Amino acid sequence: MPRPLSPGLQASDRIFHGTATVIGMSVLAITGAIGAFLGYQSIPTLHHYGLSFFTQSNWQPELNKIGIAAVLVGTVEVALIAMVVSFPLAIMFALFITDYAPKRIKSWLVSAVDLMAAVPSIIYGLWGFFLLQPHAIDLARWLSQHFGWFPLFHVDTDANAAVWQQSRYTSSAFIAGLAVSMMAIPLACAVMRAVFDQAPLGEREAAMALGGTRFGVARIVVLPFARGGIIGGTMLSLGRALGETAAVLIIISPAYLIKIRILEAGTQTISALIAGNFGNATKSQLSALLTAGFVLFVITLVVNTAAALFVRRSRSGASTEI
Amino acid sequence: MSAALEGAVIRPAVTHSRGTTSARRRPSARTESPSSGARVDAIEVSAWFSGVQVLDDVSLSMPPGTVTALIGPSGCGKSTFLRILNRMHESVRGAQLAGEVHLNGEDIYAPGKRLTEARRRIGMVFQKPNPFPAMSIADNVTAGLRLTNRRISRSDRNDLVESCLSRAGLWNEVKDRLGKPGGALSGGQQQRLCIARALAVGPEVLLMDEPCSALDPTSTRWIEETIAELRSELTVVIVTHNMQQALRVSQQAAFFMAEQGAPGGVVERGPTLQLFDNPQDPRTADYVSGRFG
Repeated sequence: MPRPLSPGLQASDRIFHGTATVIGMSVLAITGAIGAFLGYQSIPTLHHYGLSFFTQSNWQPELNKIGIAAVLVGTVEVALIAMVVSFPLAIMFALFITDYAPKRIKSWLVSAVDLMAAVPSIIYGLWGFFLLQPHAIDLARWLSQHFGWFPLFHVDTDANAAVWQQSRYTSSAFIAGLAVSMMAIPLACAVMRAVFDQAPLGEREAAMALGGTRFGVARIVVLPFARGGIIGGTMLSLGRALGETAAVLIIISPAYLIKIRILEAGTQTISALIAGNFGNATKSQLSALLTAGFVLFVITLVVNTAAALFVRRSRSGASTEI
Repeated sequence: MSAALEGAVIRPAVTHSRGTTSARRRPSARTESPSSGARVDAIEVSAWFSGVQVLDDVSLSMPPGTVTALIGPSGCGKSTFLRILNRMHESVRGAQLAGEVHLNGEDIYAPGKRLTEARRRIGMVFQKPNPFPAMSIADNVTAGLRLTNRRISRSDRNDLVESCLSRAGLWNEVKDRLGKPGGALSGGQQQRLCIARALAVGPEVLLMDEPCSALDPTSTRWIEETIAELRSELTVVIVTHNMQQALRVSQQAAFFMAEQGAPGGVVERGPTLQLFDNPQDPRTADYVSGRFG
């Protein structure tokens, strides 16, 4: 029959234990308080509009028509475009850094990718608007010319006209998604790099000793091992992309329509909605904006929690903390 | 150290010519069937790790169809030498080497020789069994083919899995659960699975780095039986700390030693029985009688 054991901590251990517990709990408390605050501020709006807040796509406070349906769709579109662009790039960067790069430049590459994360979001916005956009609209036009039959790539203008309407392709979800992907890449890449490095050396050596090429080792050992970390890192960067504000605000022109034509000008995301309308909002409009913020908070919380669970339950996640 | 190769099993070679062992092949060797493995000759092999020399001028011949044991105390370069034989040594950062390793007369380190080809022809089994845990037993066996992008038909694949698992002595135990994950086996079974996996790519030589040191005596016995059966098709080189194991499985042995602060090298080599019963060098005598180790 096992006997109960008590660790018999010293005073210094007990003080540290207590302090750490308090501070750790306060993190949870702060997050909960933010959620509670947003939820409390949402009550008037939800009380007034009810579920139509989620089905109405217009945002016209002067007509008493407020709804985040179009805004939600836009948020998801921009985030998904950012994911589609950043996922392959992040995996390839991470794989190159861990398995292919000469050891001498490995630390430089790590610093370079981490530096991408340090660049402020508004700089990416300016970069996207002034540098990327002129070239991206050419790409958008090419896509709508050749794939415009597919609703995603259709643009309501004549793509084949000799003088084509540039303004129909600017300020679109596509360009905003490209700029946001630049911020999603370093985050996903950092998590993926961490799990790729943890692939067991014994298995790597076994694969090498069988005559495996570097790509073979990556395919058979590293990537299967890192599956949890890859998904977790991607979902983490998705959470970031959903809430990205400054870059999106600069690039897009607000349009409150539920549409999947990502190449076409005009879209809106929750964070850009809040940032753009905060300045001249009346009290009731403020409540509506905070309600939208609450929705974003809940979405981000769900995505990040799912990411953490996925990583923790996987082989690679057992020793990774995200 | 010259390229002198002593011992009754390996006839002496001359230093001035390298890579021409085919001209001086033993008479019996001409009647070798292709499936009895390849001849491996290490010629004046030295190794460094980040500038520190760990092996000094090791020359050793491993004839086809024999089991050669590399014995000696820890840290004297046996594993390093083994890893040089299949070009695994250079995967370590800061590793360097000198000398040549000939597989059937051709230097595997010659420029233009592919690294992955050398590793395919010279397989390796490691001290700690390392099957791919997420893959099934059958997939583990054929993993080497996937790694080198070689395709086989489904029926060939099933034949290959059965053949390799039988040669590794594992078929009867796992034939009903080939779809189970490779990591769900016992230690001894995992090691035999690794042997089967190494055999699947068709090597001519099998290197084994203390394959039984992490296993219980029963599994050890099974693996030694497997080695005895593989001898007819492959050349086997085994590093072992267990002198009795060397006596049980090998026909020739090489005793490695490193003096304090000096790189390791071969002190004595010869037929295993002779090395243990009648060692020429006093250091060999001390080691095999257990006075140090």
